[in-house]
Amino acid sequence: MSLDAKASNKELIDEVLSVYPEKGAKKRAKHLNVYEEGKPDCGVKSNIKSLPGVMTIRGCAYAGSKGVVWGPIKDMIHISHGPVGCGQYSWASRRNYFIGVTGVNAYGTMQFTSDFQEKDIVFGGDKKLDKLIDEVEGLFPLNKGMSIQSECPIGLIGDDIEAIARKKSKQYEDKTIVPVRCEGFRGVSQSLGHHIANDSIRDWVFDKVEGKFKEFEGTPYDVAIIGDYNIGGDAWSSRILLEEMGLRVIAQWSGDGTLAELEKTPKAKLNVLHCYRSMNYISRYMEEKYGVPWVEYNFFGPTKIEASLREIASHFDDTIKEGAERVIAKHRAMADTVIAKYKSRLEGKKVMLYVGGLRPRHVVGAYEDLGMEIVGTGYEFGHNDDYQRTTHYVKDGTLIYDDVTSFELEKFVEKVRPDLVGSGIKEKYVFQKMGVPFRQMHSWDYSGPYHGYDGFAIFARDMDMAINSPVWGLTQAPWAK
Amino acid sequence: MSQDTENIIDHVKLFRQPEYTNLFDNKKQNFEGGHPDEKVAEIGEWTKTWEYREKNFARQALTVNPAKACQPLGAIFAAVGFESTMPFVHGSQGCVAYFRSHFSRHFKEPSSAVSSSMTEDAAVFGGLNNMVDGLANTYNLYQPKMIAVSTTCMAEVIGDDLDSFIKNAKAKGSVPEEFSVPFAHTPSFVGSHITGYDNMMKGILTHFWEEQARKENGKINLIGGFDGYSVGNLREIKRVAGLMDADVTLLGDNSDVWDTPTDGEFRMYDGGTPLEAAKAALNAKATILMQQFGTEKTTAYLADKGQETVVLNYPVGVSATDKLVMAFSRLSGKSIPTELEKERGRLVDAMADSQAHIHGKRFALYGDPDMVYGLAAFLLELGAEPAHILATNGNKAWAAKVQELLDSSPYGKDCQVYAGKDLWHMRSLLFTEPVDFLIGNTYGKYLERDTGTPLIRMGFPIFDRHHHHRSPTWGYQGSLNVLVKILDKIFDEMDKDTNIPGKSDYSYDIIR
Repeated sequence: MSLDAKASNKELIDEVLSVYPEKGAKKRAKHLNVYEEGKPDCGVKSNIKSLPGVMTIRGCAYAGSKGVVWGPIKDMIHISHGPVGCGQYSWASRRNYFIGVTGVNAYGTMQFTSDFQEKDIVFGGDKKLDKLIDEVEGLFPLNKGMSIQSECPIGLIGDDIEAIARKKSKQYEDKTIVPVRCEGFRGVSQSLGHHIANDSIRDWVFDKVEGKFKEFEGTPYDVAIIGDYNIGGDAWSSRILLEEMGLRVIAQWSGDGTLAELEKTPKAKLNVLHCYRSMNYISRYMEEKYGVPWVEYNFFGPTKIEASLREIASHFDDTIKEGAERVIAKHRAMADTVIAKYKSRLEGKKVMLYVGGLRPRHVVGAYEDLGMEIVGTGYEFGHNDDYQRTTHYVKDGTLIYDDVTSFELEKFVEKVRPDLVGSGIKEKYVFQKMGVPFRQMHSWDYSGPYHGYDGFAIFARDMDMAINSPVWGLTQAPWAK
Repeated sequence: MSQDTENIIDHVKLFRQPEYTNLFDNKKQNFEGGHPDEKVAEIGEWTKTWEYREKNFARQALTVNPAKACQPLGAIFAAVGFESTMPFVHGSQGCVAYFRSHFSRHFKEPSSAVSSSMTEDAAVFGGLNNMVDGLANTYNLYQPKMIAVSTTCMAEVIGDDLDSFIKNAKAKGSVPEEFSVPFAHTPSFVGSHITGYDNMMKGILTHFWEEQARKENGKINLIGGFDGYSVGNLREIKRVAGLMDADVTLLGDNSDVWDTPTDGEFRMYDGGTPLEAAKAALNAKATILMQQFGTEKTTAYLADKGQETVVLNYPVGVSATDKLVMAFSRLSGKSIPTELEKERGRLVDAMADSQAHIHGKRFALYGDPDMVYGLAAFLLELGAEPAHILATNGNKAWAAKVQELLDSSPYGKDCQVYAGKDLWHMRSLLFTEPVDFLIGNTYGKYLERDTGTPLIRMGFPIFDRHHHHRSPTWGYQGSLNVLVKILDKIFDEMDKDTNIPGKSDYSYDIIR
């Protein structure tokens, strides 16, 4: 990027900071920067408390645990424990696709809640939870287990959900019942919720099944997909490639996942990790405890897919290495046709991203495959290790914004005028009103999958239809031009 | 089969390709550890039985698929109806992310609100500092004319006192002393989103009206209540009031902020009740409240201030709209114009034209208490039977009032009202006592899938159909929209049921 562009990005940062009260400006200054080529990270602080009153885009620990990590495990019942709202707003809104008969042997798009009333706050909710678990057992007898997703009041009123979980587990033939301390006030974002959820799998799933692995018949090619939530079917369009190269996928974490798959995972030969941010914890644990190595991969766009397939294959013998080359060769023609069709329509288009903990870097390659350029990016809940990894993806001079406030993002987009913004539902309509094309990059804007080769074709189609829609030519009335 | 660049298929068709269905089978057989198909089928059938229904209705602790949300959502709904007002929710920040997403998914519009972002330290020491810094940040960044403060359950459980916190923050200079910061405590473990609306509306009126002497004038206030169709409905009410030449002040008019144009400019604030008008509304002779059960505290407050209150139950249908129009007429002293009489006549005309297709049809309906009451009354006018009437956030008084309505019509004879029940209860009702159609929000599609009852989407939220919130459901015109919505579904179903060539298509009539 030219010196001018760099300087103007820096000016832009100063400009937005000038609007804050002094204390706020000082704090926000640490989260905004311009990437300097060669630096080890992006020059921003991260994973720090959001300022009050600034319209952070972040969510909470409950969202990280129930919404992200646990919610997709389809054959368990996830109880939103506390008042009705949290479960209601997160009900079926994340598009974690699964296959199963909802309400009978799968529960992914249902909202189970203890719907706390005032008396539960005053007298505690443990008795209600105890009875609730009985009712779940009675009405949903095919459930494989339960998780108790704590909402804010649970930790504040001193309920002992762990004791209830143990008691009820005993009562129901050692059923897996996982208490999760993911109250929304814990930590600074969804991120701590991921970590807490990971730890609860360690403590209440792995510890429980240890010694039961014997009956598992492994193969040398067993892998587990970690950190793919199957948004719009992402895990499926990824799994198919791993299987095509000769690997056996024994578990999906957690999109379309089951308790049995979680329990088997320590027997994998390799854990392949897509969303590093939300599941590096359990991957590290499995490495330490069970000796399962893990490798990060990226299935967005053919360039990264090819590199990832080879990287994964490098952990196996020649059969798999050849398998990877076969898969790459098989899909290259299609990927090339997609690029041939869309690159001419998208070449040189500028994109600004603001997503969660992975995609602000992971999708960069897919855009670049289509000739597009990332001019700004940032994480809702990334940590420093994410910003380090981001340096492998972004170019010199890229605008970086951590835990961006709505005010900042609006000003940045207004000034930079990218051709596309990729962010979430809360941002979508703001930018469309401004006449800037937009795609939701959490939910794939109700499309997808975007992972894998099949997903890349859809990604390209969607970005083209967003940017090149005729509607953007109509925002100005002819008499006002 | 790999993607065909000329016809790229997404999740809708992609995963039906054999390579994916094989993948699913393999995953299921070898790794999922699920129950045998026969067992799943057996339990599935069991959930359709009366035995299951009884067990289901015996639930005391577990709520499954409720049709209600929590208080602060409603507080935001009320707050954004005032000129340049930023809703500020004191407590954990995740809640606000959820509220904003929820509204954006329904209205397909931006939805602005801020949080005081309280975390563990605030849980221990209280959230005063968050309020002090938060108000200052909001004031500077978003330049509102008013900040309306509500609470999440976190702040409620630890007992933060909004009144004293706001005074403290003002003393510390977060916002100017004279700047409006109305507030309402909105614990999510009490009531539902409609309670939050009520509390915030009362909070805002209290803010403007306390210590002000009332001098009655001839004006009329109108409060819509929490309503997924507020964009269409509040505009419709303004139109009807205009026809009536009635001087009406809408309190909490969010019809513009949730329907801004795409013209190159993002309007964080648009329209809304002017703050001066909100202040002056104390002097109105009366307030019409469109949703009795969604504005109970506000109604009591208005009465306490000396205003006449006219309480309706979601004016859809002929009689309910008559009541509204007559109230306008009586309160304003203006006669009902011919134009409105004609509109009424056109609605009745449409009902007469189509009644044969609706008469005797049985409906299940759920949603917020007043909307469900209004729709039930309209169905009775059409000779239909509102067989199962359910509101998760309906109370005993609501159930009694619905029962009274049912008792007033021969078509209400075999109908039942269910207060405090959820959509898993409704599922049992639909299996054991099937009906012809279901009326409810987007989540009703799961009931449609499971029970085969065709869903007519009405209520909040509607996430999976676009733009219906822009069309009114109130008044004669709105009722016509509702009637058409119901008829369209009836005809579509009739066509679907008769379209097999050479088997049933003799009834696939061209004229209906």
